Amino acid sequence: MAMDINDKHRLKNRLLKAGHLIALFIAMCIICVPGLWVVVNSFRPTVEIMAKPPVWIPTEFNLDHYRAMFGAVGEGGIPVVRYFTNSLIISVTSTLIALLVGMAGGYAFARYRFKGKAAIFVGMMLTRAVPGIALSLPLFIVFARVGIIDTHFGLILAYVAMNVPFTIWLIDGFFRQVPKELAEAAEIDGCTRWQAFWKVEFPVAKAGIASAGIFAFLTSWNEYALASQLTRSVNSKTMPVGLLDFTSEFTLNWGGMSALAVVMIIPALILTFIVQKHLIAGLTFGGVKG
Amino acid sequence: MRRSKLPEWFVLLLPAFIILAAVVLIPLVLSFYSSFTAYRLTRPDSINNWIGFRNYVRLFEDAGFWWAFGRTVFLLTIALNLEMLLGLGLALLVNKVTWGQRGLRTIMMFPMMFSPVLVGFQFKFIFNDNIGLMNNALQSLGLTDQAIPWLVDGGLAMFSIIFAEVWMSTSVFAILILAGLFAVPQDPLEAAKVDGCTPWQTFRHITLPFIMPFIYIALAIRSLDVARAYDIVKIMTNGGPANRTELIWTQLARTGYVDAKMGLANAMGYISIFLAIFFTVYFFRKLNASRQILGMAD
Repeated sequence: MAMDINDKHRLKNRLLKAGHLIALFIAMCIICVPGLWVVVNSFRPTVEIMAKPPVWIPTEFNLDHYRAMFGAVGEGGIPVVRYFTNSLIISVTSTLIALLVGMAGGYAFARYRFKGKAAIFVGMMLTRAVPGIALSLPLFIVFARVGIIDTHFGLILAYVAMNVPFTIWLIDGFFRQVPKELAEAAEIDGCTRWQAFWKVEFPVAKAGIASAGIFAFLTSWNEYALASQLTRSVNSKTMPVGLLDFTSEFTLNWGGMSALAVVMIIPALILTFIVQKHLIAGLTFGGVKG
Repeated sequence: MRRSKLPEWFVLLLPAFIILAAVVLIPLVLSFYSSFTAYRLTRPDSINNWIGFRNYVRLFEDAGFWWAFGRTVFLLTIALNLEMLLGLGLALLVNKVTWGQRGLRTIMMFPMMFSPVLVGFQFKFIFNDNIGLMNNALQSLGLTDQAIPWLVDGGLAMFSIIFAEVWMSTSVFAILILAGLFAVPQDPLEAAKVDGCTPWQTFRHITLPFIMPFIYIALAIRSLDVARAYDIVKIMTNGGPANRTELIWTQLARTGYVDAKMGLANAMGYISIFLAIFFTVYFFRKLNASRQILGMAD
């Protein structure tokens, strides 16, 4: 009798374990397959992508789509290299500025007590909540008047504003993790507040600030709604806008679009690997202990 | 800084104030003003043509606008709830894993880093009725012999868009809830075990209250960029077929840039801004309340 119950228990445990693994496997497949599908197709010849019935096991991998994409500039092709450099310049610059502004703001929120702190914080977050496409209407009018439509500067400005609230949230969270006493001890030892910040607090929160930067970079790198209206030509068009160019110009060039998509995702993926740990820490500390 | 009469915190926040005022607040004042005019992009001086509330009245009487509005709220409600539930499920699954958890966590973060435009393209490809992965798989498995018009049929197109949206954002919830699960103290869990609680009771009364703030952080973060769905819809269906997936954002882009009716589009924009602000304020309040319960606020 006792054996029986034990066996039943063990069986139930095994089934639970198997169910757990199967569910996990399916979930991971759903997460990975769409991206892999795009990557695989970027290496397949168009004939094979279009084949009916479908070809499941690729017979041939080549770099034709990549060659066409990078080679066809000026022949009606998409100037991918220009889009890539635009994206890079705009994202990096706006990230650096957003970090500086965010560090000052985050430090203020983490270390000072002042009236209306919570209200100011939520107010800043609300500016981030404004839908990009709704904000693009007046920005388009203003930028057109000032003459910064279709320039790097215009988009950088817009992205700094877009990133600042979130950078402040994250950096605030990281500064809170640095004990106040550390900086106070440095001040007693004769440092000014400015010195104490650079010598004590900044080094401790450095890794976290870097992740905030990477997050800001990715937001700019991936942004579409504002970029689609504030850019006009190769002067300032970014990669996401370029991807949509592809849909209108070559409706059926799935392989080419996949190749462009891969080029777009590589920097994002590399950066993700670097940040993952700090990013979660920043969001939860800023959020939970705020 | 000591010489200036402004408090230090204000000086530190000043750059943020200036940039947000210049790029967000002042343009929003302008768009608020122009939502009361018959401003058309093609005739710049029409911005002085004050027409009072006529744009808003027109919108309130426009059935197409209300459909788009309702569809947007519907999409957000379904997507946010699904993301939360699936994210919770995924986090619980990963939390139970004892080996290779780091790797799984990294994989989980993939979709977070995809540009919404990229997610849209990816699913446009997968749901393509002719060469898409979905139909190819269904046909090869013999489940159907016809091409299911995923993006051509109105209802299915909405489903596909929600699928893409949920795929993209579930990981935000999963990652943050997982962080919450790590932070749950072990003592009450063990006490519950000793007292003979069922796993469900333990989850419901101990784990869940502890991870609630984390769920609200995820919801608050998500509510900040709900409008990212615009990018997905723009590339997947552009509001079609026959406006069946038209959201408030795609409609306002069309009104403003294609029809050049900036005044009307700005009126729409304001309604979409209030929608976004409603979601954000709601979740930030919930976040604050749940923090207070756990005594984490300072």
